[in-house]
Amino acid sequence: MTSINWFRYASPVSFFPVTRRLARGFGVAAAVFAAVGLWLGLIVAPTDAQQGEAYRIIFIHVPAAWMSMFIYAVMAGWAAVSLALNARLSAMMAQALAPTGALFTAIALVTGSLWGRPAWGTYWAWDARMTSELILLFLYLGYMALRQAIDDPRRADRASAVLALVGVVNLPIIYFSVVWWNTLHQGASVSLTAAPTMAAIMLAAMLVMAFAAWFYTIAVVLTRVRAIILEREKRAAWVSEFAEAAR
Amino acid sequence: MNLAEFFAMGGNAVYVWSAYGITAILIAVEIVALRARLKNAREAARDMDGDA
Repeated sequence: MTSINWFRYASPVSFFPVTRRLARGFGVAAAVFAAVGLWLGLIVAPTDAQQGEAYRIIFIHVPAAWMSMFIYAVMAGWAAVSLALNARLSAMMAQALAPTGALFTAIALVTGSLWGRPAWGTYWAWDARMTSELILLFLYLGYMALRQAIDDPRRADRASAVLALVGVVNLPIIYFSVVWWNTLHQGASVSLTAAPTMAAIMLAAMLVMAFAAWFYTIAVVLTRVRAIILEREKRAAWVSEFAEAAR
Repeated sequence: MNLAEFFAMGGNAVYVWSAYGITAILIAVEIVALRARLKNAREAARDMDGDA
């Protein structure tokens, strides 16, 4: 009888070789989904009756905004595991997620601004949704700056994990901001509990783009965690072997 | 819909194409930076060979 050792991939030594092929697969999937999503969103989806063509920005804005929050939640989750179990690889995962989270937050802010101008007549307003999303960007940047400022990686793991966990409080604020406050930003068009208030083809384009963003994130984060493992474990004998072999 | 209409985006070309363009650039920057980081990390780890 064989048994699976579930902790096998919790160590960088056994995790490292798997990541390369996984990253490649998810990268290809991301490219395919993005191509289909762009085709649906830019060509197949009809002109919106109220918003004309400018609404097509939502096909990147909404998936980017979803990812910005989701990545933070996952990052904080890994940070919590790294604190609780003192697990090296968990801390590396949190470290690898932050730049991509910051990227999607920046994309959400920029595309939202470019949509706001034709739709609302302004690039920016200090309403609760936009302000809390901007705070999310600062949380990511603060997390990365804090890591950068501490030389000892293990100490950086702990300090940045605490910051990531404190910042979790911002997530429900972003999510419910359109309910709790009277924001310029509209409420959710898609929710798990109610029928979406948009045409099926537009919803399809948005969901395909969301999957593309997911797959992209997985590919990029797995690749970044490879780089982090090489950077942090370069004194370990197995790392130089892989650096040589896995070109 | 002809090609000129497609690029005009109903008069909102500036907003729509800026949004898509900036997103494409940001993603390209991340991919290029990540490739460079992985390459540097690999070389640094290889240079360690022998000291370990």
